[in-house]
Formats: sequence, structure tokens, C-alpha cells
Amino acid sequence: MSVASQVHPEYNYKVVRQFAIMTVVWGIIGMAVGVFIAAQLYWPALNFDIPYLTFSRLRPLHTNAVIFAFGGCALFATSYYVVQRTSQVRIFSDKLASFTFWGWQAVIVSAAITLPLGLTSTKEYAELEWPIDILITLVWVAYIINFFGTIVVRKVSHIYVANWFFGAFMLTVAVLHIGNSMAIPVSLFKSYSIYAGAVDAMMQWWYGHNAVGFFLTAGFLGMMYYFVPKQAGRPVYSYRLSVVHFWALTSLYIWAGPHHLHYTALPDWTQSLGMVMSIILFVPSWGGMINGIMTLSGAWHKLRTDPILRFLIVSLSFYGMSTFEGPMMAIKTVNALSHYTDWTIGHVHSGALGWVAMVSIGSIYHLIPVLFNKPAMYSIKWINVHFWLATIGVVLYIVAMWMSGVLQGLMWRAVNPDGTLTYSFVESLQASKPFYFVRFIGGAFVVAGMLLMAYNVYKTVRTPNEEFSKDPENSPQPQAA
Amino acid sequence: MDYGAAGSIFTVVVFICFIGIVIWAFSSRAKKRFDEAENLVFDDEPTQQTEKKERESSINE
Repeated sequence: MSVASQVHPEYNYKVVRQFAIMTVVWGIIGMAVGVFIAAQLYWPALNFDIPYLTFSRLRPLHTNAVIFAFGGCALFATSYYVVQRTSQVRIFSDKLASFTFWGWQAVIVSAAITLPLGLTSTKEYAELEWPIDILITLVWVAYIINFFGTIVVRKVSHIYVANWFFGAFMLTVAVLHIGNSMAIPVSLFKSYSIYAGAVDAMMQWWYGHNAVGFFLTAGFLGMMYYFVPKQAGRPVYSYRLSVVHFWALTSLYIWAGPHHLHYTALPDWTQSLGMVMSIILFVPSWGGMINGIMTLSGAWHKLRTDPILRFLIVSLSFYGMSTFEGPMMAIKTVNALSHYTDWTIGHVHSGALGWVAMVSIGSIYHLIPVLFNKPAMYSIKWINVHFWLATIGVVLYIVAMWMSGVLQGLMWRAVNPDGTLTYSFVESLQASKPFYFVRFIGGAFVVAGMLLMAYNVYKTVRTPNEEFSKDPENSPQPQAA
Repeated sequence: MDYGAAGSIFTVVVFICFIGIVIWAFSSRAKKRFDEAENLVFDDEPTQQTEKKERESSINE
């Protein structure tokens, strides 16, 4: 151990606390909107004939809220925390940190106002109109300066691998956001993309799939590479694998976008290239997953007693599952069945709820006691209940969507001997209806878990330190906080 | 040089770089760096002495 490591620098925990709390708040709101629109698909009358509550306007609100508000706040919180701790230095600039927090909250609130009003650029996951896009750019540049500034002034010689992933996530998202959002404004709330036709579609899915690859994967892998070893109390399984994982993932992900545009006006060779690159992507994805899970090798028993670790490891299992499913669905013949069906929705949620949400939830449970200087979370038992609520919810959700999706795909492609369609669209909708109810129930489980988490966080922050030890059910966490 | 040739050359260059990274990552020279780097996760603790012991014990299991 070096002498420097004995010094405990004054970290900026304020910004981490702010983002960590807002992760829980936006998680509840974003997922509750998701459950509401899931209910609308089963009980269409729930739009109450109010334009602001129609599925078409609330769906982008849901996706933006869970990806950029919940996921975004989790990424800000963990990246600011990890970069300070592994660089053993305080954040580069407190002012910039504060600006990124309030700026990002302003972006989220503007999204929550403009999307129900129907103000949208119609680009999926990039619906926000140009003034908000400019604000996002400013916040993001401040974030990049602050993060890399901290790395520049670090007190240790190495840059820990989690920071490589966080850094790649930030830089790539900046390029994607600026590239895809290029538009000509015609009024304060209306703009037109500078791209046209198939080029516009290709730009959109170059952005869209790399929002998955860098926002929802690289960033959360950064989280994984810090919190899994930390919570397990042992270093990552193979550091050299993590280095190869990093370069393979970052150099391959960028080419996978065309698989969103199979059998469209996109040139055929571009589709095939996108398919091949998507299949290759399976290798680094599983390399990373194995590296994370194997970190526990020799300490598997910790899974029995530590629900936080269980969140983290099960998130990796879902990551492995959805990164197997993704390349499979990118194969053109499979895609011919799966595209435009609920299978896609199921795939997205096994990644978003199973991987992204669970790794974030595990990390936040690890962070809250450290940030608020408490011995542990108020109730470890409740974390366990949350774990099962989340797991059952996700499984109900994705199984329902798989069944509904495959059914839709088969019904849509079925033809009579004379070449006419066997089923009308409404018949496939009727066949999907029971699964929409199961999805609604699954989503409700997930939101119930998030509400329990919020109460647990509240109790942890409010309970004085002396009262923690009196609760016999609350065994101390394995890591020293 | 047309666009296709530039793309092909770029692909080959990226591939060679990647092979280089793999060779570097598995070299014994990098091993020492990595051993230091992977413990950065634990070097940030004021109570690191006890933690280190706990980790060693779990490796022996």
C-alpha cells in the first residue's frame, strides 16, 4: 500500500448525493409512467380522451424519463463517485458539478413538459426539440470537462478501468447527440433534421443503437467494474480481460445500428454489414459479463447473505441474456419474424429493467450509506424484498412480451394458399391482449420495488447512527463503508 | 483513393491495433501495472487494513 492511499481526501459527495437521490425519484416517476401506458394498452379508455395523456405522447416521456432521468442520474452519481475515489482526489470543479446537476434536472423537467404537449422532433430517444438539445450539449460538455479534469489531476498513476468505460460513454454520447440532433429550427419549438430519407434513418439508428451501446452499456459497465469488485470485496476477475473488453466493445458497437433498419430502404449491403457486426458484438459483451460474474469465484456464498451483491450479479445475468438475444434478433431471418413485434419491447426491457436498472439499484444501495455516513442501509431485509419484486416483475414482463411478440410475428406472416393474409391486424391484437395484462402486472411489481427502495433510502438518511445496531435483522454489510 | 479503399485500409489498421492491444494486455510487462490498477477499488478506504485481511481470507476459501 502506498502512503498516498492512507490519506482520505475531501471528496465532493454533495453532487453524488443529489444525483443518487434523484435516481430513485426519477426511477419511480419514469417507471410509473411506463406502468400507466402499459395499462392504457389493456384499458384504452385510460387516456381519458385528453391529448396530453395519449400513449403516443406519454411513451416518449416514459423512455426519456427512464433512460435519461433515471439512468442518467445513476450514471452521473456513480461516475462522479468512482472517478474521485479511484483517482483519490476531489472532483475537478465543484461549480461545474453543481451546474451539471441543476442543468440535467432542467433538461428532465423541460422534457416532462414538452413531450406531453406534443412538441417532438420525432426521432426515437432524441425527441427533444432544439433548445433543449442545446442545453443538453452544454451540460454534457461541462460533465466531460469535470470528469476528465478529475482524471488529469489524479493522485494515482493508473486510470482504473471503470473510468475508461465512463469516459468512452461521455465522449461517444457527445458525438452521437450532436451528430443526430443537427436540425434547422423554424420556430422556438419546431425544427427539421438536416438529414433526409434513408440517410436520416441511418443517422437516427447510428445514434439510437449507440445510445444503447454507450449510454446504456459502456456507462453501466463502468458502474459494474467498480461496484461488483467493491461489494464482493475482491478485485475484478481479470484486469487484462477488462482491457481487451473495453477496446473490443468500443470499437465494435458503433457499427451495429443498421440492424434496426432490416428490410427497409437502407442499402442491402449496409443491412448485412450491420447484421454481421451485431453478431460479432456478442463476443465482447459476454467477455465483460463473464469478467463481472467470475469476480465472485471463490466467494459465491456472499450471494446468499448480501442482496446488494445479488442485484449486481443478477443484472449481469440479464446483461448476458439480452446480449445473446440481441445479436440473434439482428440476424435478418430472425428479424423478419421479430421486427415491429412485442419481442423487441421484451428484449429492450430485459436489458433496461434486468441489466441497467438492477445494476443501478445495486450501486445506489451500496452508495447511500457511504454518502450519508451511515453504517448500512436501514433494512437489508427490504433490499431482499425489492430484489424479488424486481426479478419477478422483469421475468413476468419479458416472458409476456416474448410470447406476444412471437405470436404477432407468426400471425402477421401467415398467408392463405391464395396469397391473402390469414389474420387481420385486429385479430393479432386480440391475441396479444392477455399478455398486455401480464406486462402491466410485471411493471407494477417493479414500481412497487422502487417505492420500497425510496422508503428504505428515506429511513436510512433519517435514522440516527446509534439506532442501526439495535435492529437485529440488519446484519452489517460485507464491505466496510 | 476512393471511399471504399480508404474504408478497407481503415478497417485493417483498426484490426492490427486491436491485435496489438491484445498482445500488450497479455504481456508480462502489463501484468504488474494491472495488479496495481485492479486494487485501486480498495485503496480508497480509510479502514483498508482490515478490509485487505478479509479479502485475503476469502481468496483462501
